[in-house]
Amino acid sequence: MKQAFKQSIIEALADPVLGKSLGNFSVAYRAGRAKAYEGIDFEELRNEIAAIKSSASSQFDELAEQFTRVAEAKGTKVFRTNDPEAVRAYILRLAQERGVKNIVKSKSMATEEIHLNKYLEKAGIAVQETDLGEWIIQLAGQTPSHMVMPAIHLSKEEVTDVFNDKVEEGQKPDIPKLVNFARGKLRPMFLKADMGITGANIAVAETGSIVLVTNEGNARLVTTLPRIHVAVIGLEKLIEKFKDVAPILTALPRSATAQLLTSYVSIISGPVPNTDGSPKELHIILMDNRRNEMAHDPRFKQALQCIRCASCLNVCPVFRLVGGHVFGKVYTGGIGTILTAWFDALKQSDEIQSLCIQCGNCREVCPGKIDIPALILELRRRLAVEQGQPLIQKAIFTVVNNRHLFHTVLRAAPLGQIPFARGGFIRHLPMFLSSLTDGRSLPAITAVPFRDRIKKIKQPKCAEKAAFYGGCLVDFAYPEIGEAIVKVLNKAGIKVVFPEGQTCCGAPARYNGAYEVAAQNGADNIKALLSEDVKYVVSACPTCTVALKEDFILSLEAVGRKDDLPAAHTLAEKTFDFSTLVNQLVEEGRLKFKQGKEPTKFTYHDSCHFKRTLHADQIPRNLMKQAGNELVEMDEADMCCGMGGSYSLKLPEISAPILERKLVNIEKTGAPLLLIDCPGCVMQIGGGLDARGSKIKVKHTAQQLAESLE
Amino acid sequence: MRHFAAAERAVYSRDRDHLSDKQISSKIRSALHQVMHAAWKGCLMNAVLESSETIELFKGRAETVGAQVERFANREQALEFVVRQLHREGVSDQPRCGAVWVASPMVSAPVQKQLESDIPGLTFAPTRELAEQARVGVSQVDWALADTGTLVQISDEVEKRLVSSLPPLHIALVSTAALLPTLASVIALVDPSKSAYISFITGPSRTADIERVLTIGVHGPERLIVVFVDNLEVEA
Repeated sequence: MKQAFKQSIIEALADPVLGKSLGNFSVAYRAGRAKAYEGIDFEELRNEIAAIKSSASSQFDELAEQFTRVAEAKGTKVFRTNDPEAVRAYILRLAQERGVKNIVKSKSMATEEIHLNKYLEKAGIAVQETDLGEWIIQLAGQTPSHMVMPAIHLSKEEVTDVFNDKVEEGQKPDIPKLVNFARGKLRPMFLKADMGITGANIAVAETGSIVLVTNEGNARLVTTLPRIHVAVIGLEKLIEKFKDVAPILTALPRSATAQLLTSYVSIISGPVPNTDGSPKELHIILMDNRRNEMAHDPRFKQALQCIRCASCLNVCPVFRLVGGHVFGKVYTGGIGTILTAWFDALKQSDEIQSLCIQCGNCREVCPGKIDIPALILELRRRLAVEQGQPLIQKAIFTVVNNRHLFHTVLRAAPLGQIPFARGGFIRHLPMFLSSLTDGRSLPAITAVPFRDRIKKIKQPKCAEKAAFYGGCLVDFAYPEIGEAIVKVLNKAGIKVVFPEGQTCCGAPARYNGAYEVAAQNGADNIKALLSEDVKYVVSACPTCTVALKEDFILSLEAVGRKDDLPAAHTLAEKTFDFSTLVNQLVEEGRLKFKQGKEPTKFTYHDSCHFKRTLHADQIPRNLMKQAGNELVEMDEADMCCGMGGSYSLKLPEISAPILERKLVNIEKTGAPLLLIDCPGCVMQIGGGLDARGSKIKVKHTAQQLAESLE
Repeated sequence: MRHFAAAERAVYSRDRDHLSDKQISSKIRSALHQVMHAAWKGCLMNAVLESSETIELFKGRAETVGAQVERFANREQALEFVVRQLHREGVSDQPRCGAVWVASPMVSAPVQKQLESDIPGLTFAPTRELAEQARVGVSQVDWALADTGTLVQISDEVEKRLVSSLPPLHIALVSTAALLPTLASVIALVDPSKSAYISFITGPSRTADIERVLTIGVHGPERLIVVFVDNLEVEA
């Protein structure tokens, strides 16, 4: 990671305006969005949108031709090109030929993408942004930090300074007054402009219509007052049928700003008369800029289902800390990372893709049903293929991929950490490693790993067998979680075995784009776990469970190891996360809760993979309630804790404030006990609470279950 | 509904009348077709939607986004209300005090003439300059959408857009019978091959671009008054 990029992150984190406004907004957005979608089946709606957009991107050429034919029949001029330079040149030539001196624009990301303003201004044409946020950043000489709210990074004081410096002295930091000032200053600009430039939120092939969605009313003026209207539209805005406008318009404002509908929507399907009675000149530019190429990429085609609502930014735990500018100059956040890789260049996404912590929040809310985290992983994989992995990373994976070496290194760790470990935690590490213990303690590597401990546990005679997949954290840092699991399963008459050949689940390699390594990890584990005849394979780590159930298959497929797939599917079918298995055993009457226990108040943290990939989030809550305990929900229970596997090692600057917010939410509940289903989160949050000297007990659900079951 | 009744009767009397399955299903199909047709013409929708419940839904939604909603039994009362508003806003023939009103079937030519002579500064022939100078813009819109509190207008005529976007107050007249349930219902009804500019208006102009603080009235109207008229047939 280059120093300049790290520096931009550090500066963004230190910006008090950014942190406050994005932090507040993310809380308000979450509640507002939920309310806006009341009475709507979001899954059904987004399935519909995904189908509409996916069908459109399968036939961009046909739709663009149809759009052109229909629109031109009505007198609209349509220009289609793959080349951003051709778009700029077309508009400039048109402006020059028609004697245009003044242009007003309503907000358009497509024109941001091709840096149109600069180009036109250089040729001596005055270009005026009229969306308030866009105008502010235009005056300030900045770029948008958010697709929907371009100036969200600026405070009213900063806006006031911009107005005083660039427009007129004497403005005060009073928001209604600032808005009124903008109205007064921009109105004459609309009236004197001879060309209006807009984007479009939807373009309909069947009717040659474009749909413009705004709140301020500027797009209505931009398309009404000047005699020429030019709309610059990315191909991905095309849809086939007019009726399909309805589902997109239902989702866009709800997802973008938690509104039922924006103040204004304009559907323009041909030239209309100007205010002097002359016919308006309407030009529509369909811009490709690699979108068609993207449509032919089997993985990235999905990204064209985006309706540009920016909800992936609004729910992102990283975006709300660092804001948009760290991501680049045009498209920001999760989808922005993907679009930058395509519309700019793959290597432009090299640094920003590392910002993704893979929590999966954006995948949950995306109205286009895009699996943004998976696409970012794919970017990582392609970058790793194109550029190779960084040297240190490579060294780590060499160790991880070699089971004996990996375990030897882990076993050697207890000796090295002795000077720092106290009470089961490492609180300080020397030198460059010190950022790892900034704000959290790390668990001490256990002297006797679980793989050795299980041999000493006396298990009763059982009819059934389960293979336990430990994963690095349970095996080497939290063997007590493994012991709890043996205890519980024995109560249900299941013997637990620990196949020795098991190794790293491959998640670190996969999440860093090293698919060959991940596939080899998968193959080794499949062999080990299927070597004994067991009914269940159980893991206490959601990331490992996802690896066993899904990622082994995906990694093996990705590198073309077809022969390993049948066994991978067999393993996937046998694999359970621990809480889900216990729930099944309780339902079968094989496990019973102890009666008459003093009820304990507890709060629960949703681990990312546990909730959003395994969808098991309600199971441990219900089990604990059945055990007679009282749940006190924390705010943002399903927000990432900042661990993200190796993320907290690579970007501790971001991980730490995410953790901080989580700790505050936990402490606010007043519950003395925190339950989690992921040893990674136990490490992150447990370490965070320890560093704060908190008395709150952090346990894996398995440990609590071991005490609660008969 | 009578077509359904006919289909139902056919089902019950099939043995007596010796009707085949084909005849029965044709009757049902015909009933469905008729009902769809009726719905298309707005008859069914009006029947469903004249319920005060739907108007209440519209009112709630529109007020939430800052619009004012009024309802009158007939055209005469509605016009009286608008005239009162014009007076209250201080409409006069002084500079920047005018009102621009787009002629619509709701206001007959003689009534227009009367209103123009009663209210100095009011014109039924809005231009770009007059609209920019006006305090109030008045127009009739084609539909209202209950579930979002939205007005929908076929606005190919530029005057319709001028009076609803330049003055600080927009008064929108709409027939109560033109209240539709959802966005999807109006998308199914409008024909973009016939209407080149369709406007959706939901509350006044707004922004939250500075610190996410909601502020009303940026480039468009600061206020929107929606006036429902139940019965358009009565002469004013």
